[in-house]
Amino acid sequence: MVDTIHFTPWSALAGGALIGLAASLLVVANGRVAGISGLLGSLMSPTDSGRGEKALFILGLLAAPLLWALFQAWPAIEFKTGAVGLVVAGLCVGIGTRYGSGCTSGHGVCGLSRLSPRSIVATLCFMFAGFVTVFVLRHLLGFGA
Amino acid sequence: MKKLTAFVAGLLFGIGLLLAGMANPAKVLGFLDIAGAWDPSLALVMVAAIAVAWVPFHWAMKHPTSLLGAPMQLPVSRELDRRLIGGSLLFGVGWGIAGICPGPALVLLPTGHWQAWVFVIAMLAGMLIFKALQARR
Repeated sequence: MVDTIHFTPWSALAGGALIGLAASLLVVANGRVAGISGLLGSLMSPTDSGRGEKALFILGLLAAPLLWALFQAWPAIEFKTGAVGLVVAGLCVGIGTRYGSGCTSGHGVCGLSRLSPRSIVATLCFMFAGFVTVFVLRHLLGFGA
Repeated sequence: MKKLTAFVAGLLFGIGLLLAGMANPAKVLGFLDIAGAWDPSLALVMVAAIAVAWVPFHWAMKHPTSLLGAPMQLPVSRELDRRLIGGSLLFGVGWGIAGICPGPALVLLPTGHWQAWVFVIAMLAGMLIFKALQARR
């Protein structure tokens, strides 16, 4: 059943368009894929090229909420997970995105925009695992519903 | 100039995540909960992002250098291997536990929630574990 109370189609479309615009700018101007996990991983490798621009992209991400706060109150931010869950989740995301060579941005946005077969498979995999994990945690084990 | 465009791209990306609701873990989990009260918003985020990025990425695939003269660095591997599938499945499990992926995790850091710091430290630790395992191969 669709949750019509929380469904926000217009801000979702506008936010998505901005994300697409940002990824377009980085590839058209800098020739680089806006994949957050890949950029972070690259910043951990001292021999990688273009670490200055990569660091500045990450800095832009970190500055975004501060710019936002100059004009607007923070949007709704609600966590559903305790400390242990956050640590397990963070480790899975860190290890998984590096093994899988990408995350929601690199595979889900940039890769799908190129119709990359690897990114299509990766996106199907992390979406599927996300759906199953939430189903098991919420509906089978009764966590955080 | 490349540093400026990279910074502006990061800034736009972060504003987009905030506006889209991707930086709200409860909303992301609402999208991943198809058996509950399903919130389809985040599917629209992806549709809009791809619709905008489609032409620029297809332009990029046909050009060896960017507008600022940098080499076009698009992934070339086409192999559908166990690492891609296993890694993406593991990422999805983590995404499903907390409702946070790498971009929103960074955007959440300055908003003053301790949960974001715990998540990001664990995520960076995970990336370092990957790096250590790679070095041993």
